[in-house]
Amino acid sequence: MEKIIEVNNLSKQFKDVKAVNNLDLNVYKGDVFGFLGPNGAGKSTTIRMLLSLINPDEGSISIFGKSLKENRKEILRRTGAIVEKPDFYGYLSAYKNLEILGRLSGTGVTRSRIMEMLELVGLHKRYKSKVKTFSHGMKQRLGIAQALLHDPELVILDEPTTGLDPQGMKEIRDLILYLSREKKKTIFLSSHILHEVEIVAARMIIINKGSAQVEGNVSDLLNANNLKVTIEVNDVARTRVLLNESSWSGKVDTFTESGVIINLHPEETAPLNRYLNENGIDVSALIPARSLEEFFLSITEKESR
Amino acid sequence: MITLVRIELFKIFKKWRTYIGFIAIGLLVPLIQIAFMLEGDRSINFMTRNLQQSFLFVGNLLNGYFISYFILGSLAIHIPFLVTLVAGDLLAGEATAGTYRILITRPVSRFELATSKLIAGMIYTVMLILWLALISLGLGLSLFGTGELIVLGGGQIIIFPQNDIWWRFLLAYLYAALSMGVVATLAYFFSSLVENAIGPIITTMAIIIVFFIITAIQIDIFDALEPYLFTSYIMQWRLFFGDPLETGEILKSVGILVLHIVVLYSFTLLIFRRKDILS
Repeated sequence: MEKIIEVNNLSKQFKDVKAVNNLDLNVYKGDVFGFLGPNGAGKSTTIRMLLSLINPDEGSISIFGKSLKENRKEILRRTGAIVEKPDFYGYLSAYKNLEILGRLSGTGVTRSRIMEMLELVGLHKRYKSKVKTFSHGMKQRLGIAQALLHDPELVILDEPTTGLDPQGMKEIRDLILYLSREKKKTIFLSSHILHEVEIVAARMIIINKGSAQVEGNVSDLLNANNLKVTIEVNDVARTRVLLNESSWSGKVDTFTESGVIINLHPEETAPLNRYLNENGIDVSALIPARSLEEFFLSITEKESR
Repeated sequence: MITLVRIELFKIFKKWRTYIGFIAIGLLVPLIQIAFMLEGDRSINFMTRNLQQSFLFVGNLLNGYFISYFILGSLAIHIPFLVTLVAGDLLAGEATAGTYRILITRPVSRFELATSKLIAGMIYTVMLILWLALISLGLGLSLFGTGELIVLGGGQIIIFPQNDIWWRFLLAYLYAALSMGVVATLAYFFSSLVENAIGPIITTMAIIIVFFIITAIQIDIFDALEPYLFTSYIMQWRLFFGDPLETGEILKSVGILVLHIVVLYSFTLLIFRRKDILS
């Protein structure tokens, strides 16, 4: 499969903060690639390096099989991006902003193409309005329009749903799926919301503190076969003895004050419940959680503390 | 590159701050001219007081040329401020607005971006000086009429006939535009260092004022510094109103100003090409 983005040993340090640390990642043609991590994980720094806004301290970036350092212009001609919050020339209209950016793209963006993009994001009726009069959601949509203006093969979207209402979020997700399925674009989607990546991405990487934590197919990583089930019981001591003496012992993660956390396949939940009941243990709660979800939450919680 | 310069000019002239300079000149110059209408004769008498015992001055000395020459003398302080208003915003303004991100992610090199912005800034500067020329000469000549130009300098008084004035003004304004180009490049240089346009404007003006103070104070150590300060060359447009013309001195001054532009632009480029865009 053709690699569209190939990043090797990428590192960037700001004073005493290592924003990105030996990051490797690969994005293949046609992928919707989820780039997941809590706030401050190094996602935006990585994206800025992919777009040559920031110079890496170490490592290499190849896009479309070519070194970004040596083929920057050619790569950017084939790439569209939104980087963090969408900022435009507020004193100019939406149309004029896109006209300027279209000219800078050097691909002969026509008036009809600009209007087509504005229509795609639902801003065609406001094309004459100055951007400073736009809400955050409208600017975000204009951001999508400018990213797609020159019909790029690779679209890099840095948290494109931030600040949008649920309907706006859904529209952006639908647009991403449309671009991937109908327009065959390769999409690199950065997000701090696992659910968002789960909906649209085929492959993903989770980064934290600048380093890759998990990488793979979304379906594999979020596989329901990897449930972490919290079981609350009336007698923790007896449950501990029962499980340790049984074939379930290898699946036990930890014992808690109110029960046990155990790694199970979904079809194992009922037999375990039955086993405990048959041995006189009352199960008051059985709470399944996908292990990746829990892992991601633990990272996010640590960051928010 | 032409497309980039046109885009930059479009952006410059879509901002209201750009027109502050034109409005300020449009108000200041007529104000000076009105003052001259009211009290100009006294100024001319004061200038020529030592010579009036030996010479008889006839004709219209308080004419449009004289007023324009006088107004060009105001170049030192207020025009640099008007130039920095725009030049200081060229790069820092993109950082403040967060538009660096949409600009630098386009297939345009940083060299092209930095160069087109400076060219646009220079065009603005030239337009400002052109406006100054147009309004001071145009309005001056229509209000005060024509006549011979009387100039005081180097302890002597020179009177230029009408047919010997226009080319001097043309070159003087061109020189003024070049000297203001140095001011623009200096503000542009500071603009590449920070993310707010106020910083470059204040820093550039502070440097100009400090350099002028150093030039004005007659102390040996400051006198030794004078040739190295670009402000020493801002008022050298007066050389075009010398007789005979000091060609060597003019070329030296032009060379020094051009050198300042080249060096400051090179530093700006060096910084801008290596700059991490974090805004």
